[in-house]
Amino acid sequence: MNFQGWAEIALTLGLAIALGWPAGVYMSRVWNGERTWLDPILRPVEKLFYAGCGVDPNKSQNWLGYAGALLAFNFIGFVFVFAVLRLQGVLPLNPQGFDGLSPHLAFNTAVSFVTNTNWQSYGGETTMSTLSQMLVLTVQNFVSAATGATIAAALARAFTANRGEGVGNFWADLVRTTLYVLLPMSLILAIVLVALGLPQTLSGGAVATTLEGAEQKIALFPVASQEAIKQLGINGGGIFNANSAHPFENPSPLTNLITAVSINMLGWAAFFAFGRTAMARKDVRALCAAAFILLFAGAAAIYWTETQAAPALVAAGVDASVNMEGKELRLGGASTAAWAAMTTGASNGSVNGMHSSLMPLGGAVTLFLMQLGEISPGGIGSGVAIMVVMAMLSVFVAGLMVGRTPEYLGKKIEGREITLAMLAVLVIPLCILGFSAIAAVLPEALKGLMHEGPHGLSEILYAYTSATANNGSAFAGLTANSPWWNTTLGVSMLIGRFGPVVAVLAIAGAVAAKPKLAPTTGTLPTHSSQFVGLLIGVIIILGGLQFFPALALGPIVEHFQALAAVSGS
Amino acid sequence: MTMTTPDTAHKGLGFASSLTPNMMGRALRDAFVKLDPRALTGNPVIFATWVVAVLSTASAVAATATGTAAGFAVQIALWLWATVLFANFAESIAEGRGKAAADSLRAARVTTKAKLIIDPKTGTVIPTPAHKLNVGEIVLVEAGDVVPADGEIVEGVASVNEAAITGESAPVIRESGGDRSAVTGGTTVVSDWIKVRVTSQPGSSFLDRMIAMVEGADRRKTPNEIALAVLLAGLTLIFLIAVVSLLGLGKFSGVELDPLVLGALFVCLIPTTIGGLLSAVGIAGMDRLLKVNVLATSGRAVEAAGDVDTLLLDKTGTITFGNRMATEVIPAPGVRPEVALRAAIIASLADETPEGRSIIEFGRNQGVAIEMPDGATAIAFSAVTRQSGLDADGRSWRKGAVDAVLRECKLAAPPSALETAIDRIARSGGTPLAVSQDGALVGVIHLKDVVKPGVKARFADLRRMGLRTVMITGDNPVTAAAIASEAGVDDFLAEATPEDKLRLIRAEQGKGRLVAMCGDGANDAPALAQADVGVAMQTGAQAAREAGNMVDLDSDPTKVIEIVEVGKQMLITRGALTTFSIANDVAKYFAIIPALFTAALPQLGAMNIMGLASPQSAILSAVIFNALVIVVLIPLALKGVKYRAVGAANLLSRNLLIYGLGGLVAPFAGIKIIDLVISALGLA
Repeated sequence: MNFQGWAEIALTLGLAIALGWPAGVYMSRVWNGERTWLDPILRPVEKLFYAGCGVDPNKSQNWLGYAGALLAFNFIGFVFVFAVLRLQGVLPLNPQGFDGLSPHLAFNTAVSFVTNTNWQSYGGETTMSTLSQMLVLTVQNFVSAATGATIAAALARAFTANRGEGVGNFWADLVRTTLYVLLPMSLILAIVLVALGLPQTLSGGAVATTLEGAEQKIALFPVASQEAIKQLGINGGGIFNANSAHPFENPSPLTNLITAVSINMLGWAAFFAFGRTAMARKDVRALCAAAFILLFAGAAAIYWTETQAAPALVAAGVDASVNMEGKELRLGGASTAAWAAMTTGASNGSVNGMHSSLMPLGGAVTLFLMQLGEISPGGIGSGVAIMVVMAMLSVFVAGLMVGRTPEYLGKKIEGREITLAMLAVLVIPLCILGFSAIAAVLPEALKGLMHEGPHGLSEILYAYTSATANNGSAFAGLTANSPWWNTTLGVSMLIGRFGPVVAVLAIAGAVAAKPKLAPTTGTLPTHSSQFVGLLIGVIIILGGLQFFPALALGPIVEHFQALAAVSGS
Repeated sequence: MTMTTPDTAHKGLGFASSLTPNMMGRALRDAFVKLDPRALTGNPVIFATWVVAVLSTASAVAATATGTAAGFAVQIALWLWATVLFANFAESIAEGRGKAAADSLRAARVTTKAKLIIDPKTGTVIPTPAHKLNVGEIVLVEAGDVVPADGEIVEGVASVNEAAITGESAPVIRESGGDRSAVTGGTTVVSDWIKVRVTSQPGSSFLDRMIAMVEGADRRKTPNEIALAVLLAGLTLIFLIAVVSLLGLGKFSGVELDPLVLGALFVCLIPTTIGGLLSAVGIAGMDRLLKVNVLATSGRAVEAAGDVDTLLLDKTGTITFGNRMATEVIPAPGVRPEVALRAAIIASLADETPEGRSIIEFGRNQGVAIEMPDGATAIAFSAVTRQSGLDADGRSWRKGAVDAVLRECKLAAPPSALETAIDRIARSGGTPLAVSQDGALVGVIHLKDVVKPGVKARFADLRRMGLRTVMITGDNPVTAAAIASEAGVDDFLAEATPEDKLRLIRAEQGKGRLVAMCGDGANDAPALAQADVGVAMQTGAQAAREAGNMVDLDSDPTKVIEIVEVGKQMLITRGALTTFSIANDVAKYFAIIPALFTAALPQLGAMNIMGLASPQSAILSAVIFNALVIVVLIPLALKGVKYRAVGAANLLSRNLLIYGLGGLVAPFAGIKIIDLVISALGLA
């Protein structure tokens, strides 16, 4: 650990939330249909979409209509992606001549990109044609991110309603978020990244002759544009297998900083946008504070564990000041720690180092950040939505202790909200622990593991955690391209995405229908530092209670074993 | 049932008092009866515990049969059963008080024959069993008779002893017409006779409803209770997943897991503490209301009381004593103060109104007492003269409206010094009464609506609780404003009609506020029905009693404040126990997880931070702690966590510290102590 490392972590994390604030104000204006400076250019385009689809953007839908539209849109997206991936061999723009994907891989990949997970059971440069990358994966990178944003917009409106019904128009939210937020920002970021040296080409690859005289094929793609939305949309699916550890995706410390900041920026923006649209800025600042503290604690914990002398390195008598296994030498320990926390705290999943190579407790932190439900700050919109659900649960449990029926943002929290909130929370342990327990005893599944013992268990846990939380990062070590893994991970992604999404929208419906209550001095304040502490406590205890036994058998015992192995020798 | 003197406040129906050995015995028996799983289906947490107890019993039997480590299995099974029993016991003991109260009330049911009037002209009556009376029929109730059914007096006046319902032995006057015309079945007419039109169907009378209420027969879960039950069921499911998944994860890690131990872990993790005490908390809340002599028609109403934002309070009787009282006598210029005071007293000697009495009382406090002169003639108040007084020995004393007395004294206007005083009195919301002696103006009496002592502090408390108080009065705005500021209410509604009240309630509700009010008049009924918490006075009109969702048997309008506190207390107790229950799990993990895994993964022994003796004693200690904590917390569940009017943030800090942090720390100590004990006893 050194000052420079801490400063780098603080700068990266802090810059993301600082930029998220103005971006959030802008995002809120977009959700609310207020004027933006892009209106002169984009308004006609936007109208074209509505005219073409026969949508009245001003018609507010009830939650069922909103959820129905969302599910229909995503289902059609899934079918289209699945079809293109299966047929990629006969489709154009396939300079490398790749075949179509196997049914289970196509299923997994289609689900993965539709759910904003971007789990990749394949190596991009050896599987995906340029057409597949551009036409289906990149498109889903945009619209799956926008889908996440829509639920936050709907939920925010629900909190302002007073015995209302409508939560907004899904199509308008989807089109506007994509058109006014994601596209322009990605365009700018892509140009910056091209300037900083990322490739942007359709040529397919270069052929080089190595010093030994051998011929080497170097894969090339339109990397910069893909990279921009991969980070901004909190997708995380890299074009290259090595993801942001690959020099074409992340060539320099500057690109590392910029792309790391972009992982969290729009997640934070959705928090601030939620606060502005729900007219609850102070309360949302408290949510941000809780999320940021969790994220910073995560990054700090990883940095700390990575810079503790690794017992095995000490025993081998080599430099043990920092554990550099699985990290890019040009990026270093602190930037990997910051990135690891940011990518797992958000549901991004891009990596600039291998999480499998983190010290056991550092690996546990990345797992735990995802298991908390991707809330710090999570995906665009989906993060703040789940954080609001956690706030509702916190208010419910502790808020009773002030002697009133708990209320959050002026809405009473009663049976229906709690039922839905529990459903949103319940699917996470169900998929993670349920599938992990089965995979742990299934020979078919165990074939994909690289390790036995606790580290092997961590590989299993990580895969299902990453899929269920719609993160998409891989622990490395697990070969997931098999029918069992592709199918069950796909199912985890589906449940992990649409379970909470539908529950959140149903909560929005329930909340909108309630009268908006005026706060009194007897109301539990939800913008105080006290509430931030309470929220963090509830999140950690609830999350910890669910996953502690599993983590004990994985990274925690591995940690103790690593200590014991050396002291015993 | 004991009878009490009228000034014994809140003696709580006499029967809802402390626990008797008899009630303990009944609760113990009920705890076993409730082991029937059908009785547990409404409580998923305890039902889950029951299932695990059954499975562990089977496992213990199997272990005994094979003779392997049976002692441990038997102990676990026994303690799991104890957990269920303790939870049942908590509920039974809470129900016990209500059952005792219900038994007393049943004794008041009318078994004698009613005198049904079959011919109104002749007044012919035929004896009819009370349970065969129909709505609309008219019965005669004479001195010594028990009122056979709820009804409305159509003719007559009687004093009625309502002790059977209220525990209050001083008889009250009931008469036809007006707001005192309702009588309740089961009460006794002490003198005179009344004719009563029956207003309730057999089986749905006030008494029947009371019995059902206190007994909890039709106790339904309140919205908050339902929400909490869902949360607890959700947590139970989450822990089921966490524990069952250990079968697979453990196998991968080479750990052989004993299903018995996994079951024990599961029971320790699920929120058995709050699950076991939840219904007891709800019943105890109703019970606490009963103790202050308030009957709620549903638990929902009690819960709503905790949420009330706005309190509508009638000025008269709640904020002020209800009668204007003399607070000073201001002499006219040139008149000695004691002359003016004596004149005021003499003018009031024949005045039996509360105002008149207060003038005599005021004089007595000033050390001036005057006997009625012999041969005095009382001059009664009339609407024409608007003054009253006394003539004796050729002299005259009068007191009355200022302008009327001035006319009597042939004055166009009072002397300027007195005029200033009259203005001051009027502006402060008081009433000036001029006093004359032998046709000469001698002074002015200041009659004032006196605010009850302690009311202001009470309202300040309410404000800290987040409640807004609104005073309702028929007074003019000037008077109302003066009293409002003296009493420290937040707002007032002057010259209020019943329609105004209703409109105010709707307006408050429209702003998202919950409103509580109390009332006794028939014209209060719509407002009582509209309010979220409507407290009707037992002495009030039948319509009011039907419209409200609570009845105050003491007919004390300030009671609504206590009702709000009871509601809050109930919610706080639930929250505190839930927080405590969940926080407990952290320590249980540190006891059980190392115990589960150390055989195969000895390195995890590092997590045994409590230094528990052996894996078996660690598990057993956690299970025992989990069971005993329910028993330890029963008194808290019944008594409730004290509500303090210190503002939400402070209250939360305090309760989080006690029940959150306390819940984290306490089990570490508790489990360690139990572990020491069972190791010492060699139980595991």
